[in-house]
Amino acid sequence: MSAVTTPARQASGGVNVKIVNRIVIYGLLALFALFYLMPLFVMLVTSFKTMDEIQNGNMLSLPKAPTFEPWLKAWGETCVGLTCAGIKGYFWNSIKMVVPAVLISTMLGALNGYVLTKWRFRGATLVFGLMLFACFIPFQSVLLPMATILGSLGRFGVTLQNTVGTSFGLGNSTVNLVFVHVVYGIGFTTLFFRNYYEAFPTELVKAAQVDGASFFQIFRRIMLPNSMPIFVVTVIYQFTNIWNDFLFASAYAGTGDAMPMTVALNNVVNTSTGVVEYNVNMAAAMIAALPTLLVYVLAGRYFVRGLMAGAVKG
Amino acid sequence: MAFLEIDGLRKRFGQVEILKGIDLDLEKGGFLVLVGPSGCGKSTLLNTIAGLETITSGEIRVDGRAINDLHPSKRDIAMVFQSYALYPNMTVAGNISFGMEMRGVPADERQKAIDKVAKVLQIGHLLQRKPSQLSGGQRQRVAMGRALVRDPKLFLFDEPLSNLDAKLRVDMRIEIKRLHATTGTTIVYVTHDQIEAMTLATKIAVMRDGEVQQFGTPAEIYNNPANVFVADFMGSPAMNLIPATIGGNGGDLAVVLDREARQPITLPMANAPAGLSAFKGKPVIFGVRPEALTDPEGAERNASQIATADCHIEVVEPAGSDTFAVTNLGGKGVVARLRADANIQPGTNTPLAFNLTKAVFFDPATESRIR
Amino acid sequence: MSTVATSQIKLTPEHARPRASVRSRLQEALPKIVLAPSFAITVVFVYGFILWTIYLSFTNSKTFPSYAITGGRAYQRLWNWTFDTDPPSSWYTSITNMGIFGFLYIAICLALGLFLAILLDQKIRGEGVLRPIYLYPMALSFIVTGVAWKWFLDPGLGLEQTLHQWGWTSFHFDWIKNKDFVIYTVVIAGVWQASGFIMAMFLAGLRGIDGEIMKAAQIDGATTFQLYRRIVIPLLRPIFLSAFIVLAHLAIKSYDLVVALTSGGPGGSAWLPSNFMYEYTFKRNEMAVGSASAVIMLMTIVAIIVPYLYSELREKSR
Repeated sequence: MSAVTTPARQASGGVNVKIVNRIVIYGLLALFALFYLMPLFVMLVTSFKTMDEIQNGNMLSLPKAPTFEPWLKAWGETCVGLTCAGIKGYFWNSIKMVVPAVLISTMLGALNGYVLTKWRFRGATLVFGLMLFACFIPFQSVLLPMATILGSLGRFGVTLQNTVGTSFGLGNSTVNLVFVHVVYGIGFTTLFFRNYYEAFPTELVKAAQVDGASFFQIFRRIMLPNSMPIFVVTVIYQFTNIWNDFLFASAYAGTGDAMPMTVALNNVVNTSTGVVEYNVNMAAAMIAALPTLLVYVLAGRYFVRGLMAGAVKG
Repeated sequence: MAFLEIDGLRKRFGQVEILKGIDLDLEKGGFLVLVGPSGCGKSTLLNTIAGLETITSGEIRVDGRAINDLHPSKRDIAMVFQSYALYPNMTVAGNISFGMEMRGVPADERQKAIDKVAKVLQIGHLLQRKPSQLSGGQRQRVAMGRALVRDPKLFLFDEPLSNLDAKLRVDMRIEIKRLHATTGTTIVYVTHDQIEAMTLATKIAVMRDGEVQQFGTPAEIYNNPANVFVADFMGSPAMNLIPATIGGNGGDLAVVLDREARQPITLPMANAPAGLSAFKGKPVIFGVRPEALTDPEGAERNASQIATADCHIEVVEPAGSDTFAVTNLGGKGVVARLRADANIQPGTNTPLAFNLTKAVFFDPATESRIR
Repeated sequence: MSTVATSQIKLTPEHARPRASVRSRLQEALPKIVLAPSFAITVVFVYGFILWTIYLSFTNSKTFPSYAITGGRAYQRLWNWTFDTDPPSSWYTSITNMGIFGFLYIAICLALGLFLAILLDQKIRGEGVLRPIYLYPMALSFIVTGVAWKWFLDPGLGLEQTLHQWGWTSFHFDWIKNKDFVIYTVVIAGVWQASGFIMAMFLAGLRGIDGEIMKAAQIDGATTFQLYRRIVIPLLRPIFLSAFIVLAHLAIKSYDLVVALTSGGPGGSAWLPSNFMYEYTFKRNEMAVGSASAVIMLMTIVAIIVPYLYSELREKSR
């Protein structure tokens, strides 16, 4: 604990200085709270206003006649590119992409972390280092080859479709994105689990070995039941990252029906046909933000822990 | 043929040799303690017996059967770990029976075994608790229960008491000793605490840097240390190891101890070890345990050789049961163990009795014993 | 107690024993078999692809990849564009923006994060409410952040208009539409998003400092200001390093924010190298140039990250 208590101020300053100090501190903190809350507040109130009120009213004022209309419109009617069926389809696209990608990458990360800490072999540190570095690369440096490969797989999928009758998901944008997010997510998930299992008592693994448990039995019966915290952290981290991704989404599913939410939102906002419906845009942005905000509100502690674990490496 | 035999065991990790040819054996029902400072290889040695680490060369046999290629679970061993290694997600009963579960023992047999062990260790009321709900001593018992339930050929203990507080440690030590006496199992026990080693063992192996320095009964180790390291490591307070010179006339040898600003002390040696005459006029290390350096009235009655000399007392430490006095000989602080009621004052010159029957000598060059 | 060996437990044998059955040998190889797919994926899809991108940057690829090496022409062009300041080339704009954005984003986030952390560390009532407020933007996607700030900074709708309504009619803030200032709006939105997280890092660091050191310094007569300047901030050095690494890597990767907030800005004036890469590769059909810019981005990250990771992993394995 470090909270620096201003040492019971010697006679010099007295009580007044202390009170002024506190007022200044609280004032500054409140001011910054406003800075952080403002955009969300504006977004939220705007999404409940009519266009009329937006054009004639004040950005910061509360809606005079709150209406759900913009939310309904954003969900079910607004135009994304040329299709005008709302963002609901894209919301589900994101869900369909996020859930498998998170689960697969987390499971792989758990297994990798288990091997890298409890079954070390020569070169394990190098393997880990190589996987870890993959977390940091600018994805631009793999964007094009991945596009090429996904393109070829897509063509192969069409061939399969024509000959065997099923493409096995090859060429499906959602499947592609799941694959991409797993590939570029295992670095992080492995890092999380490795660091967690590094501190996990190795004696438990030894005891289980003496008890006759096998590699997978130890993982399933000893490691997994004791990994709840890191599971939550990893799932939240991956969920937030993949849900919020825009680069891969726009590169590999930038058009058509398979777009994830972020791309769709960007399209909604940048659709320049007709009058720009700011309230609908804001509602759409809120809908796109809700899942991650919800996770943040419900499990903020784990969210922060994930960010920290992702930041303090090694 | 001994029950546990370890022959020429070597363990190399990369370029580092951690175990440099270990030879040990233990009779059935024996209690072998591996003792030594951190990093001496004692835990590694235990792990190789358990099969948790592989060996580079050598052989480990239990009951005549080589086990070094077997999986830990096939070696018929049980192990108690330093941190107890209780599975936090399982109840006490689950912890105790996990090994049986892995071996496919039917549930009702498992239950019987659990009940039996719970009775022996008096942990019946804890069976449905999770490890986090147990005290340190209770965890220790559960860890022992998990080992006992296997009824193995060999028990391995890896510093099982080091996580307990001082009082509990003494209680558990007695408990382990009682357990050994009643069940008659064969135990290999690792500790860095020489008192545990002395009190529990039937055989002690003192280790350093991957080598066994001395292997013998507790009495042998204590009274006849093979070298300076063993002498220094075993015993508390530690043996006084005083730089000295061998003097004397003709065939009579004497130990000469330098003192600050005073005449050296000369202690005549009547029954010197044979090897000592070669060191006449040369420096040696003179080893005398604190209990062999007393006030003259407290000296051992039946000791055949006692020499008394005036010593300058620097510090006096009354410890309740004894009083320790520190003097300076040969440039080193030397501890004497006096009766609790000995009348001794710091800063005075007081006669101290050296029990030379118990004295030992070491060659300062090789640090090994002069016999 | 631990020996050299127990800290690097090695459970698989160093040499295959002749007696070991196929089954037990499989058991021994199992950990490696489990790790292998992930490692293979990383090797192929990260390192293989990086090599592929490097290869492409030395070709003459336009709309489609071409695999005939034509030398460093793409780099030559980027190099020439670096000095094309009048009118500024897209590349010149991108790297200048990177410099401005990177410097300001990192510096402001660090300063603001530390400042807020110190304020919050003064035994604040309501810390539990304030902390999540500062931190929540990190949970939002850059696209949402961009949309929100685009609205907020829009001269006709946002802050400017609001202040006009309140009577401050001379207030003028149109950076988001101004090609010389648009990059600063990216800084504002970026700082808004990440500074709370940096605050959380510093706060964790502050809470980790041994309270006895603080007491000792106070007994030595240090004022609160001296305490922070002389004792606390120097002790936070590792946090500075971690935060710097996080921010640098976020800055170089920033792409979405520019797209959502400015759509690239007037005439591409808000581009960062990541946008340059994307545009040249996928929109302007200059694949080789796009690849070359990606390689340059990668090298920048390598120069920052590799020494850091190396020292971290080395320390760990000791």
